[in-house]
Amino acid sequence: MKENLYQYILEIADNCLILGQRLGELCGHGPNLETDIACTNISLDLLGQVRSYYQYAAQVMEDGRTEDDIAFMRMEREYRNTLLVEQPNTDFAFIISRQFMFDLYHYLFLKELQHSRDLSLSAIASKSIKEVSYHLRFSSDWMKRLGDGTEESQRRMQAAINTLWPYFEELFEISDAGKALIKEGIAVDTKGLKKDYLNSAREYLQEANLIMPEVEHFMKGGKSGVHSEHMGYILADLQYMQRAYPNMNW
Amino acid sequence: MSEEKIKDLENQFEERIARDDKIEPKDWMPEKYRKTHIRQISQHAHSEIVGMLPEGNWITRAPSLRRKVALLAKVQDEGGHGLYLYSAAETLGISRDEMIEQLHSGKAKYSSIFNYPSVTWADIGAIGWLVDGAAIINQVALCGTSFGPYARAMVRICKEESFHQRQGYEIMLTLANGTPEQKAMAQDALNRWWWPSLMMFGPRDEDSPNTALSMKWKLKRKTNDELRQQFIDQTVPQAELIDLKVPDPDLKWNEERGHYDFGPIDWDEFWQVVKGHGPCNRERMEARRSAWENGAWVREAAMAHADKKAKKSLNKAS
Repeated sequence: MKENLYQYILEIADNCLILGQRLGELCGHGPNLETDIACTNISLDLLGQVRSYYQYAAQVMEDGRTEDDIAFMRMEREYRNTLLVEQPNTDFAFIISRQFMFDLYHYLFLKELQHSRDLSLSAIASKSIKEVSYHLRFSSDWMKRLGDGTEESQRRMQAAINTLWPYFEELFEISDAGKALIKEGIAVDTKGLKKDYLNSAREYLQEANLIMPEVEHFMKGGKSGVHSEHMGYILADLQYMQRAYPNMNW
Repeated sequence: MSEEKIKDLENQFEERIARDDKIEPKDWMPEKYRKTHIRQISQHAHSEIVGMLPEGNWITRAPSLRRKVALLAKVQDEGGHGLYLYSAAETLGISRDEMIEQLHSGKAKYSSIFNYPSVTWADIGAIGWLVDGAAIINQVALCGTSFGPYARAMVRICKEESFHQRQGYEIMLTLANGTPEQKAMAQDALNRWWWPSLMMFGPRDEDSPNTALSMKWKLKRKTNDELRQQFIDQTVPQAELIDLKVPDPDLKWNEERGHYDFGPIDWDEFWQVVKGHGPCNRERMEARRSAWENGAWVREAAMAHADKKAKKSLNKAS
C-alpha cells in the first residue's frame, strides 16, 4: 500500500516536474514579454505543486528522504512522467500544443482527484485545480489565436498537433499502483476521463481551426520508466548540482 | 509657438521641478526632458529584460526545488519590471516595439553588468546580493524622481528588488556556512562580481557628462560617486558578516570621512564592456534578437486573430 501510494504520487508529480523543467528553459526567450512571463508562471505553479506532492511522498515513506532526494536523486528509469511532457520546445506551436494537451488532461484529472479518499491528495488537488484552470485558459486561448491566426501559424500548429497527438493516450494509462489504489478510492480511474478529454479536445481544436489527427499507434513508456532520448539531457540539467556536489545544503 | 511663449513654459516647468511637483505625461515638458527620460527609462527596461538571461541560465540547474521556485519567481518579477517600465516610457510617446528595435540595433543600451557570465550557482547568490543591491541604491534614489510614472514604477520595483537582494544574500550565507567547496564557490563569485557591481553606478562624476542636467531635473538625486560610496559602505559589513573577503586590497575604513576608502576601478574594462566587448555582449544580443525573430510569426498571428475577431463582432453588430 505504502509503495503503491508512493509510486502513484510520483506518477502525478513527475509530469509536473518535467513539464515545469521544460518551461523553465524558455525563461527570457519567449515571443514577447507577456507570454514569457506566463510560461514562467505556469512553470512556477507546476513546481509548487511538485513540492507538495514530493513532501507528501517523503512523509509516506518515512525513511528520511526529502523532496529534493525524490526530485534530484533518482535514476532515469525511476521517473514516472509521460513521454508528452519531455518533448522539446521545438517552437511556440509545440510549446502551446504540448501545454494544451497536458492542461486539459490535468484539469480533468484534478477535478476527480479532489474526491480522493486520501485527504492529502485531495487537498493538493483542490489547491492546484485553480492554477490549472488558468493554465488551460492560457493554452486554449493561444491554440485559438495561432490556429486561427495567419496561414503560417495555422500550418505550424497543425504540424505540432500532428506530431504530439500520438503522446496523448499515455496520460490515461493506468499503472499497477494506480489499479490497486483505484480500488481503495484513492486513485482516479482515468479510463472514464478519456471520453471527456476527446470530446473537449475536439471542440477546442475545431474552434481553433485545427484537425484532430487520426492516429493508429500511440507512444508510451514513460509511465513505466522507459523514456525518450530527451530525458537523459533533461535530467543532466536537473540533477547537475546534486550530482556534482552531493549531500550539501543549498 | 512663439519663442517667448516657450520661454514662459520653460520657466513654469523649472519652477514646478524646484517645488518637487511630479511631471505627468500630458504636462508640457522640454523636448530634451522627454528624450532624456525615454533614453533612461527604456535603458532601465532593457536591463530588466536582458538581466533575465544570466539568471535564467540557472533555472534548469538550481540545486533544490525551493531554490528553483524562488529563482523562477525572481526572474518573472524582472520581466514584470520590464513591462511597467516599458509602459512608463510609452507615456512619453514611443512604442514598445520601437524601444525593442533600438535595443536590437544597438542604439539603446542596457546595464553592462549583464554582459558578465553566470558560471556557477553562487553567481545567482552574488547577482541577487550585489547586482540587485546596487540596483536598489540607484532605484531608491529614483523613487523621488520628477517624472510621475517613472517614480511610481520605482516605488513598486524597489519593494520587489529588496526581497531579491535578501534572497541573494541568503544564498551566499548558506554557501558560506556550507562545505569548503561551497564556501570557495561563494568567494569566487564575490571576486568576479564585486568590481563590475561597483561599475554599475556609472563613470566617475567628473567623467559623467549627463549628471548635471539629470540632477537639475531631479532625474537623478545623487551623483554616481555618492551612490557608489553608499553601496560600498553598506555591502562591506555584509561580506564580513558571512566571512567572505571583498577582493580589494586597498579597502579600509576611513574614520575621518566616515566611509570606506577603496582601490581604483578598472575603467578600461568598464568602457570595453560598454562598447560591446564584454564576455557575453554578443550572446545576450543574439538571445534577445533570436527570441524576437522566432516570435515574429506568433505576434503576427495574434494580431491577425484579433482583427478577425473584431471584424466578426462588427458584422454581428451591423
